[in-house]
Amino acid sequence: MAEKELKVDKKEVQNAQEFTQEGPVFNPDVDIYETEENLVLIADLPGVQTEDLDIDLNENTLTINGHVKKVTKGTSVYREYECGDYKRSFTVSSVIDQNKIKAELKNGVLRVVLPKAEAAKPRKIQIRTQ
Amino acid sequence: MAFTTIFQPTGYNRLYQYDILQNEMNRLFDSFFGGQRRGRRSAGFPALNVSQDTDNIYVTAELPGIDVNDVEINVNGDSLHIKGERKLPETGSNVRYHRQERGSGQFSRTIQLPFPVNTEKVSAEMKLGVLTISLPKADEAKPRKINIKTA
Repeated sequence: MAEKELKVDKKEVQNAQEFTQEGPVFNPDVDIYETEENLVLIADLPGVQTEDLDIDLNENTLTINGHVKKVTKGTSVYREYECGDYKRSFTVSSVIDQNKIKAELKNGVLRVVLPKAEAAKPRKIQIRTQ
Repeated sequence: MAFTTIFQPTGYNRLYQYDILQNEMNRLFDSFFGGQRRGRRSAGFPALNVSQDTDNIYVTAELPGIDVNDVEINVNGDSLHIKGERKLPETGSNVRYHRQERGSGQFSRTIQLPFPVNTEKVSAEMKLGVLTISLPKADEAKPRKINIKTA
């Protein structure tokens, strides 16, 4: 698949829901791909620490919620991007084995591995010859 | 290569002020119409934020998933060059993409800093996918307290 270009603009969440805290909330960029065993979700969450990241699975809805601690040193003189929390939800189909979901956050990138349930894996059916 | 000037020299003061005015107007419009434009539009990847205190200038950029070894930072007088590449790990050919939003490729940016900096002491740190470059101001650019002698 063709590679995407690096882009600058963050996608701010547009009034999908009211937030209780001030400041912008962004939709992180994600890649989602499927292998034979897993569904893999990768999200860019720069500035999010592991303890400030919530991944919630609630009735087929997987929600990523990352809080960014603002650490501006000194006074800001020039600004091209805003810091804010990240939030995005996905519907996870029942073919996922929800108990075996694994997540890892490294260098601002979240990787969630959602294993497919046994029933959903491709199976080869042996044909017996008599 | 993208080139950005943070501050204009004094001669361009009026232009700079016009810029401030325009930014304010944009902000007013955006807040009224609920737009999403915040700050200035970046001249290229990565978007940069600049802040300062009495001793240092700090430049930050969000570079999630970018290896420190793939970033090169050069300081030359009062200009700062950031160059690098974002490589996404190979996923293999047996993979079907449902979404692909994360970009990859090479990037390069140059910005002009408002003060000359002490190039020897520039330091950079990558943490949680955020790059912070600390540039100590050159001695002549630091604020100095002037003692008043009483006769």
